[in-house]
Amino acid sequence: MKKTLKGSRKVRVIPGFGLTMGITVTMLSTLIIIPLASVLLYSLRLSPKEFFELISEPNVVSAFATSIFCALIAAFINSVFGLMLAWVLVRYDFFGKRILDGLIELPFALPTAVAGITLSKMYSNTGFPGGFLSGIGLDVSYTHIGIVVALVFVGIPFTVRSVQPVLETLDSQYEEAAYILGASRRRTFFKVVFPELFPSLLTGFSLALARGIGEYGSVIYISGNSAKNGTQVVSYVIMQKLERLDYSSATAIALVMLIISFVLMFAINIIQIRRSRRVNAV
Amino acid sequence: MDYSDKKQIFSRKITKYILITVSVLFIAIMLVLPLVSVIINSLKEGIAFYFKSLSTNYVTSALGVTVMATLISVGVNTFFGIVASWLLTRFEFRGKNTLSTLIDIPFSISPVIAGLAFIMTFGRLGWASPVIDWINSTFGTDIQIVFALPGVVLATIFVTFPFISREVVPVLNSVGHDEEEAAALMGAKGFKIFRKVTFPHIKWALLYGIILCTARALGEFGAVNALSKTRGQTFTLPLEIDALYMSGSADSITASFAVSSLLVIIAIIVLVARNIVEHRAKKDN
Repeated sequence: MKKTLKGSRKVRVIPGFGLTMGITVTMLSTLIIIPLASVLLYSLRLSPKEFFELISEPNVVSAFATSIFCALIAAFINSVFGLMLAWVLVRYDFFGKRILDGLIELPFALPTAVAGITLSKMYSNTGFPGGFLSGIGLDVSYTHIGIVVALVFVGIPFTVRSVQPVLETLDSQYEEAAYILGASRRRTFFKVVFPELFPSLLTGFSLALARGIGEYGSVIYISGNSAKNGTQVVSYVIMQKLERLDYSSATAIALVMLIISFVLMFAINIIQIRRSRRVNAV
Repeated sequence: MDYSDKKQIFSRKITKYILITVSVLFIAIMLVLPLVSVIINSLKEGIAFYFKSLSTNYVTSALGVTVMATLISVGVNTFFGIVASWLLTRFEFRGKNTLSTLIDIPFSISPVIAGLAFIMTFGRLGWASPVIDWINSTFGTDIQIVFALPGVVLATIFVTFPFISREVVPVLNSVGHDEEEAAALMGAKGFKIFRKVTFPHIKWALLYGIILCTARALGEFGAVNALSKTRGQTFTLPLEIDALYMSGSADSITASFAVSSLLVIIAIIVLVARNIVEHRAKKDN
């Protein structure tokens, strides 16, 4: 006790700092960091030229384009519906609201492979609503639209659950003030409510995007994985390389993926730090 | 004025009903329809076929592997989650934000990369491979990690790693640490403080985290897919579903939906349990 009072600037009254720090760092290193570092280590053995050759193979480039493009569209769709669902769940009362609220987490609870085979079956020519949609000329399974559908499925909880808590704590005073001062309801929403929700919506968007770019299980059945149609996603290509024991290529692609997800995580962190600063400043 | 007020209220109501209808339709088509579709597809060949496809050796073995991997990873991650949340909420230190970001890594990377990471560590080309060979030759053991059960367990732990701390940290932050400080100053030892002071605050969040962790561990596919190659030995339920679905015959596709229906039932139980826990937690506060 005496030692801590003398030795450190801050007094640590609660016990267990050393112990919890030791356990946390050890487990984090052995289970997460060291395995990921092995990927990095292995890819560093490649010369830059080899590395760029491997990641600029046509089917790899096409897979990156497909994954990023479809994930962007899905994240955008999820932001629109996520905002709407959060609004409906927070601001309105109606029969079955609790069930609706409980269902939002379904994509977290349902294994991705199960979601994958079901969506693929539903949106194929013989399924419902796939049969109907292909009747009006819209093929979903085995196209990019199918990939987007799967990514909307897995991503929807991220946007709803990012926006919902912020909307719940949002003071309706400002809205009332804006309304009394004569702003229309649309104007009130876009000028008063939306700016408050925007950071959380952006967080939800980024989370859904990160999930979408790396998604595997729910996508690989509905996408058809055709190199010719460009419906292979990055995770599928990595898996394919692994099965062919082409480890150099698999690690090179994985490294690019890791960089993308770190950038996204960094962005999410910045958004959240900024938001907490703003909240604390008020 | 009166007229325009009425018009305002009317248009408000219209907006409300449109938004609710679109939301309900969205959830019904995107989320509920797939569940119904699994059940319908699984019963296509009748109830006898349904139970027959659930009782093959492959499925029972996969169920065993899945349950084992889930139990171990929930255990490991619960321990880690509690320790890490204690560290992240009870102390101030340099690098705290970095540490908490690192813990969240598994959330944002592709599960396939998690599988690859273990292959590159323990597989033939991995730097840890000679170490394992040495252990095996010195102690006469036959430890295998990649393409064996330990790999499946490690992959499952990896993807569910942040689940518990994610739920517990916010609760501990909002509770603050005055109570623990008081207990410590009055002479209580670490574990006693945790048991008597901290645990009652976090029990619902912990349970919620465990539920989410269980759901994810049961359903993990990508990471395990990279690390498990032997059907009937190291396959988990999602891998068995994949194998049945990909074999392509109408019967085996129906069988794969039958196995899927087990996981759908578990998913529904998870959702209900989650709701109950959340409700209880709100009541307690």
